[in-house]
Amino acid sequence: MSDVSLRDVYKSFGSTEVIHGISCDIKDGEFIVLLGPSGCGKSTVLRMVAGLETITKGEVAIDGKIVNRLEPADRDIAMVFQNYALYPHMSVFKNMAYGLKIRRMPKAEIEKRVQVAAEILELTEFLDRKPRQLSGGQRQRVAMGRCIVREPKVFLFDEPLSNLDAKLRVQMRLELRNLHERLKVTSIYVTHDQVEAMTLGHRLVVINSGYAEQIGTPLDVYEKPATKFVAGFIGSPAMNFLNSRISSNGQSTEIPGGFRLALNDEKMLSQGGKKVTIGIRPEHFELTEDGADKIQLIVDHVELLGADTLVHGRFPRDKNLLTIRLPDIHHFNQKTVLSLSISTEKIHIFDRETGHRI
Amino acid sequence: MVEHRPWLTFITHAVLILGCLLIALPIYITFVASTHTLDEITTSFPILPGGHLIENYSRALTVGPRDVGATVGTMMLNSLIMAMGIAFGKIFISLLAAYAIVYFKFPFRMFFFWLIFITLMLPVEVRILPTYKVAADLKLLDSYPGLILPLIASATATFLFRQFFMTVPDELCEAARIDGAGPIRFFFDVLLPMSRTSIAAMFVILFIYGWNQYLWPLLITTDESYYTLLIGIQRMLAVGEGQAEWQIIMASAMLAMIPPVLVVIFMQKQFVRGMIETEK
Repeated sequence: MSDVSLRDVYKSFGSTEVIHGISCDIKDGEFIVLLGPSGCGKSTVLRMVAGLETITKGEVAIDGKIVNRLEPADRDIAMVFQNYALYPHMSVFKNMAYGLKIRRMPKAEIEKRVQVAAEILELTEFLDRKPRQLSGGQRQRVAMGRCIVREPKVFLFDEPLSNLDAKLRVQMRLELRNLHERLKVTSIYVTHDQVEAMTLGHRLVVINSGYAEQIGTPLDVYEKPATKFVAGFIGSPAMNFLNSRISSNGQSTEIPGGFRLALNDEKMLSQGGKKVTIGIRPEHFELTEDGADKIQLIVDHVELLGADTLVHGRFPRDKNLLTIRLPDIHHFNQKTVLSLSISTEKIHIFDRETGHRI
Repeated sequence: MVEHRPWLTFITHAVLILGCLLIALPIYITFVASTHTLDEITTSFPILPGGHLIENYSRALTVGPRDVGATVGTMMLNSLIMAMGIAFGKIFISLLAAYAIVYFKFPFRMFFFWLIFITLMLPVEVRILPTYKVAADLKLLDSYPGLILPLIASATATFLFRQFFMTVPDELCEAARIDGAGPIRFFFDVLLPMSRTSIAAMFVILFIYGWNQYLWPLLITTDESYYTLLIGIQRMLAVGEGQAEWQIIMASAMLAMIPPVLVVIFMQKQFVRGMIETEK
């Protein structure tokens, strides 16, 4: 058992508070992704778990034991850094063995563990090389090897793939996933890349300027974003937001362009007249035949992606640009009027003042 | 340059050769003088090396010049001890000081850094009287520690090592912390091997600095057995009414040149690497 729990964790640098109370329970063997834009504090949270930053207020517990005052080495964690942080003058073998050597592990045991890790990571033939003689992907694997040999309770990853090129990143992402399935070590992974987050994480913690906006499975976060921020951050292209107001009977809402969307939600019945923000993902628009209750979009420009077509356009008599994503290839001229429909259950409604989901 | 201009090639080479001659000529004259007898030098100065090379050098090394009381061999050894002591001492202290300034947070950290930095502007000569007083009170006159210790603090080396340490990524220190390495282990296992080339470059500079020290050993040595070579040469010249033994002086000067030249030759590769690149 090696669960991690954060209880109301705060962090201040001087008088500036950067983390405003994050709580999260991570189960044994779970892969948790901390996701957020740069500068939101996700790395700070990870570094507090690692022990590289002090915890201003709150508690971090690993395996039921509060570790606030423990040195990183005594927390039984291992960490992969964005720039790998390999010791440049040591061979791959020594890099991986260093932590074990300091813990005075017998030589034979070190040898064995490094060999096993090298085999898992396909590094056996590189054990005598220096880090500068390796490619980015190989260095990244050495950094992971350094963690594996320690057999820690928790793996911490700080944007480990962001220094790699796009193709290698996809490959390493799969390797990471296989590795986790094989070792089943509790992992905390920091990234700003939502594809990494969606594919790797059992659960995501979406962080925005020091607050945990939502904690949930990737699908939860995609289908039921808890706040407008989460809704806009997850999904590419980003969700379209429309200012609108719930009708007095709570059964429909009027959106810019003079269109009306029917709502089929009991919660809305009591929200009559409320100012809200309507969120619709680009992929949830559908092309339909011309009809009276459909919405119309005037095409501004079209991006052909091959598998999909992105159409940017406006509602009649409205300035805001919307993006919709249609499967297959479509050729539309500028100023073409498209007729679209949206199924009721794909509409997200957020309180315009608080940004929370209704 | 890819241009093909015969005249340009000629002129540049001529300038280069002239420059080399200009630098090499005094050394050549010194060498020629060290291979003749005193009479031959003082009557009409010879152009070609003479036949007394072994005689002059062995006399300098084993017997020593008149009126000085120490052989050149002893003086070379003293110079070597002093230069090595200063070079290693300076490197050791500067490494530790730079390590403290870069990696540890303590009150008045920047104040101390600037204090060290300001001493860059104070050469030995400026603080020579108080330093002499301190050395005399500590009974360090006429001793190796007296020759070495007062010159051992180096603002330049501290500053250079600080600059180098600042280029080492923070993550390396953090990775070492997670691996369980304490500050001392991190210093010896990671930082020191990484600074190898910078240390080599500093060694070359500091060895020559130590070897060429003149004023300080002149002040604090009165006992001939602690004379350094440079002081020895100065004493050989100060013979008053008599005739200076030029052939021995020149042989000593040639010998004084050898160790710094050897250090530069053997550490040249490391030196250049330490100056231009850092291993990261």
